Amino acid sequence: MSIFEYNGSAVVAMVGKNCFAIASDRRLGVQLQTIATDFQRISKIDDHLFIGLSGLAPDVQTLYQRLVFRHKLYQLREERDMKPESFASLVSAILYEKRFGPYLCQLVIAELGDDNKPFTCTMDSIAAKF
Amino acid sequence: MECVFGLVGNGFAIVAADTSAVHSILLHKNKEDKIMVLDSHKLVAASGEPGDRVQFTEYVQKNVSLYQFRNGLPLTTAAAANFTRGELATALRKNPYSVNILMAGYDKEAGASLYYIDYIATLHKVDKGAFGYGSYFSLSTMDRHYRSDMSVEEAIELVDKCILEIRSRLVIAPPNFVIKIVDKDGAREYDWRITTADA
Repeated sequence: MSIFEYNGSAVVAMVGKNCFAIASDRRLGVQLQTIATDFQRISKIDDHLFIGLSGLAPDVQTLYQRLVFRHKLYQLREERDMKPESFASLVSAILYEKRFGPYLCQLVIAELGDDNKPFTCTMDSIAAKF
Repeated sequence: MECVFGLVGNGFAIVAADTSAVHSILLHKNKEDKIMVLDSHKLVAASGEPGDRVQFTEYVQKNVSLYQFRNGLPLTTAAAANFTRGELATALRKNPYSVNILMAGYDKEAGASLYYIDYIATLHKVDKGAFGYGSYFSLSTMDRHYRSDMSVEEAIELVDKCILEIRSRLVIAPPNFVIKIVDKDGAREYDWRITTADA
């Protein structure tokens, strides 16, 4: 079994007209044993910015904490919210920093930008953006 | 073959652990206490590599005390659990600790809580949790009989059911168990379940 499938996860997002939807499963497992059925994989960074993190659970938690920290720091410094493209670039940079010892996560970013224009992108563990 | 499990009841949390210190085929000690009292209202039940288990839990205990000395306030269970997770996560890619932890605590605001902390620093707040080969039996038994808001007597009955299941179905089942409880009156030892006293 691959290390990405150790804890088990599935995340999906879709854009619509002036909206997006993001969904995930809630099972936390260790290989084939289920530990909990209420694990949270989708996190709110901001009112209009959600990320769904799949992959190894500890890296999901660490990466989420780092992203919240960087987002809050940006808000304090710039006194405004991050644009979707900027946030995606930030995530990309944080992931590629660990190119040769990566966070074992694959994530989905979904946000509403200016004029309620929805934006979604996915990234693999070494920041390849789709 | 280490068995650690725990559950949350009505205003309390119970953890139980086996008490065998094993090295390959030799049983060194029958009464090894694997549940550490972290502070007045927290318990840490740890399983894994013996050296790591003792060193890491003592490290967490001393840091929790230091916080209390510096700030005059004890850490909440959630904060202590997140601190533990942070230490495990930092060490994970350098020299990892092979310790699985169930942290049980009682806070005035949050009530009783139980945190599942994996050796690779997965943190999750749970109502019932277990580690080791015994987890296959104790988790299934708890899934069947657990209800939220159990009384202490009902919870101990369930713990005994789990211990019975482990003893009858695990091939090298540990002979003795210790049970500890934490509630508004603090963290303390509740009882032992002994089948083999010291020779």
